[in-house]
Formats: sequence, structure tokens, C-alpha cells
Amino acid sequence: MVDAAIDIQEIRKQFPILHQEVNGKPLVYFDNAATSQKPQCVIDALTHYYETDNSNIHRGIHTLAERATTAFENTRKAVAKFLNANETEEIIFTKGTTEGINLVATTYGRKFIGAGDEIIVSALEHHSNIVPWQMLCEEKGAVLKVIPVNEKGELIFEEYVKLLSDKTKLVSVNYISNALGTINPVKEIINAAHKVDAKVLIDAAQAAPHVKLDVKALDCDFMAFSAHKVYGPTGVGALYGKRDLLEAMPPYQGGGEMIKDVSFSGTTYNDIPYKFEAGTPNIGEVIAFKAAIDFVENLGQENIAHYEDELMAYANELLKEVPGFTPIGTADKKASVISFLIEGIHPFDLGQLLDAKGIAVRTGHHCAQPLMEIFNIEGTVRASFSVYNAKEEIKYFVDALQAVVKMFK
Amino acid sequence: MATIQSIQDEIIEDFGMLDGDMEMTIGYVMELGAKLPELPAQYQTDDNIVKGCQSKVWLHADMNKGKVVYQADSNTAITKGLVSLLVRILTNQTPDDILNADLFFHEKIGMNRFIGTQRSNGFAAMIKQMQIYALAMKAKINQ
Repeated sequence: MVDAAIDIQEIRKQFPILHQEVNGKPLVYFDNAATSQKPQCVIDALTHYYETDNSNIHRGIHTLAERATTAFENTRKAVAKFLNANETEEIIFTKGTTEGINLVATTYGRKFIGAGDEIIVSALEHHSNIVPWQMLCEEKGAVLKVIPVNEKGELIFEEYVKLLSDKTKLVSVNYISNALGTINPVKEIINAAHKVDAKVLIDAAQAAPHVKLDVKALDCDFMAFSAHKVYGPTGVGALYGKRDLLEAMPPYQGGGEMIKDVSFSGTTYNDIPYKFEAGTPNIGEVIAFKAAIDFVENLGQENIAHYEDELMAYANELLKEVPGFTPIGTADKKASVISFLIEGIHPFDLGQLLDAKGIAVRTGHHCAQPLMEIFNIEGTVRASFSVYNAKEEIKYFVDALQAVVKMFK
Repeated sequence: MATIQSIQDEIIEDFGMLDGDMEMTIGYVMELGAKLPELPAQYQTDDNIVKGCQSKVWLHADMNKGKVVYQADSNTAITKGLVSLLVRILTNQTPDDILNADLFFHEKIGMNRFIGTQRSNGFAAMIKQMQIYALAMKAKINQ
């Protein structure tokens, strides 16, 4: 039964890319954890900017600059509302989640983390939430600690608590694992970290399209996410930071909007958020980002999550019948990601054969090599669902898997 | 002995019969891999792994009467099929012929289209490794 709030045919109509054949078969796009497809409203917003408003922002006094600046800043307001931030100034535009994390590591890290301090990440992290911290630790002589996972791919909370101490300065974890779909208990993680006065960054890249984000309720110190996983354009994302932290942090890059006054005797920096936004940003894409947020909010995140849960339940039921099917990551709380192996078939072969049937899935280590090492595997096949996916597609996918299994017999 | 050129022509003809159908083409490549003679376990060593392939590909070369004899294996069925094509073309050829070979069959059969960029890079790495073996064999002959 499809939830009444989600009219799947109506939603699919809004995504032009879905209505095509790939390798002679109707496209089934199950690589949503890598990037989502874009609705017509996002494509239109991008086109509209380039056709009517293209101009540089903030400094121009002419009409086009005014329009572009207003639209750009309207996205900031929309993101602040989307995250339930206290203030619009707490939203910094970035290239995406990765840049958001790097920004915090570079600026907050450089100023507030020193030799012997500890940073905690989890074994579930994407490389983007490991490497910036490793780089910082190397530079500062700090120590990176890792929260282990159990055999279901869930963080072991008791082990996390044991890692916390007065040396812990920062905890950076994802809300939802890109590789396994595990939903982490971020509220509890944040509460525990705050008890030892550590700051917490939440990587919400995978969570943004699936759960209602609320920085106030979570009380996280930083949150990063990308537009392109929430039906928006690539190359754009947002970093939320609490005002007092952002104000205390040094700038990220120099040039453009980040300055107040420059002279050869010294430079004064702009206020937040502009202090962190050097250079001409991805203006059109930021503007279209708002259309993506509107799309999500119009559908309602609860409706999206509910519908995707239905897709997951349906897929899990059908996949049980596929011989040799082995799920990797069986957390009790999971978002719409199914990572799996089929006995005797290499994930690359499986991915390629599914592509021949028009089905796009991800294969490999999903930029989470340490996690793959824990499971002692090279990689998995990952099918990740989105609100525009239909149960019929899941049925077609499972039938395709059955056919591939027969080929290998 | 068939030449590198003529074997490539045969392969192009074989693939032509598949009419560009993606599923049939991949299925055929996998069948070719399944027919590849087994690589003895003693050659499945880390030293014999081709660098630059995402999948594991083991490649071993010997000399027989002035000709190079390649043996290969892979942990993925499609890659095994791809390396089997190279083994078919380059085995029992002289080192000079291998080093001077104009390998064109993969472009003619539109391999990039059905294996994608990453596997294509791995395929180029296999060819390079086979040429390195041929060069080593040539050096041995000239000693």
C-alpha cells in the first residue's frame, strides 16, 4: 500500500531524467546515496537564473545583482529553516559536505585543537569524515579515536562513552551511514560529548533527504550536508555552526566576500557567514538549492521517510528469495540503503550485469574502506532508494538479480 | 600461426554477431572467461597481480620456442573474460610482435561502452603488463 501523501506517479513526472532507456531498458536509478536526481523545479530555477538574473552577488548595485543577491540569500534563509537554526547567519555555503567538514577541521581545528587532544570519529565514516581529521591530527599532534561497530553495523555506544574524556575536543559522526544505511543515535552521541565539553559535528549528507534535521533539538555544534543528495544541484552544500563558535573561528580562505577592509598593513574580516565565503560562489546552484528544499518540504519529510521505509520493507522481503543474498549491515534503525553481496558473484560483475538491464547501483567500497576492512570484504553492491522510486522497480531489480544468479550457476 | 591482426579480426567478427546487445555481450565475455585455462595456484601470487585494475587480475608469462605464453585469472567473471581476449591475441606471439602490436579490437567492439571507464583503465594496465613481460622475454633472448 502506498502512502496517500505520496503519489508516486505524480512525483515521477517531475523528474525528467527518469523517463529514458538505458541499454535498451527503462532506467531504474538506485544510486541515490551517491546523488539524487533533480526535479523540474530545480532545473527550472537553475535555468531561470542563467536566463534572467545572472550576475555577481553582494557588491553590485544594478538590478540583476540585486535579484541574484536576494535569491541567493533567500536560499540561506530556507536552509536555516530546513535545519531549524536559530539564525540565518549560522548557515555557511560550501561546495558540499566534504568542504563543510574540511572547513571545521581547518579553522576550528587549527585554533582550538592541540597536541594530545583527541578527536572521535566512528568506524562507519566516509573518507570525507576521516581524512580531514587525520590531517589535522598529523599537523597538531592530536589523536584520532574510532568508535567501533558491532556485526550488524551499529555503533557500540558503550565503547563510545569509554572513549570520551576531558581530552576529547571534537566528535564527528555521520547521522546515517552511506555504506550501510545505519541511522546513528546522534542525539545521545551529542549529549554524551557535551558532558565532557567536546564539540560535535554531524555529517548529515545521507540524512538530509531522509530525516527531519533539527540542529536546535539535537544541540549539535556543527552540521554539514550537500544539496545534491537532497534533489539539488552538485557543488553546493551548507555548514551550520553555532554563532559563538563561528565567530571564534578564523577565516577559511582569503579573498572576496570574506573581508571587511584590506590594506597592506592588515586586513579585517567580514562578519559571519561571509567570513567563510571567499570568492564568487556557485550562485545559480545555490539559488536552485532553495527549489530543492521547497520540493522536500512540500512533500513533507515524514511522508518521504514513511514511503522510503515501505520501499525498504518491500525490497527486504523480496530479496530474501534471492539465492546467496547476504545483507551487509543489518542495523535495527536503517535508512533506505541495502548493501549486499551474492555468494559466488563479485560485486563488480553484479553491478555491470545490472547496468546492462538498465539498473544503476553502486559497487565497491563506497569511500568507506576502513568499514569494509571490518567486515573483511572488498566492497558491496549498494541499492539506495529515493522518493521517486517505485515498488515495480524493486520487483524488476529483484527479478534481475534472480536472472544473474542463474547465469552464474 | 594466426597473426595478432587476424585474431583481432576474428574477435571483432564474433562480437559483431551480438549486435551491440549489452546483456548478450557481457554474457559472451563471461563465457570466454569461463573457458580460460586455469592459472596454476603457484602463479596466483601478489607479484603477479596487475597494478591498476580494480578487480584482481593475475598474469603470468613463460617462453616456449621463442614465443610468449600468457596465463591469467581474475576474481571477477567479466574481467576474466576480458583478459582471456588478450591472452588469445598475444599468446604464442614473438616478443617483437607483441611489442609492436597495434591493438585495435577493443575500440572496434565498443568495449568502453560495456565495461565503463574504470574497467577500461584496468584493461590498459593488463596490456601494459603483457608488454612488460614481452620486453623481459626479449631481453632474455638477446642475452
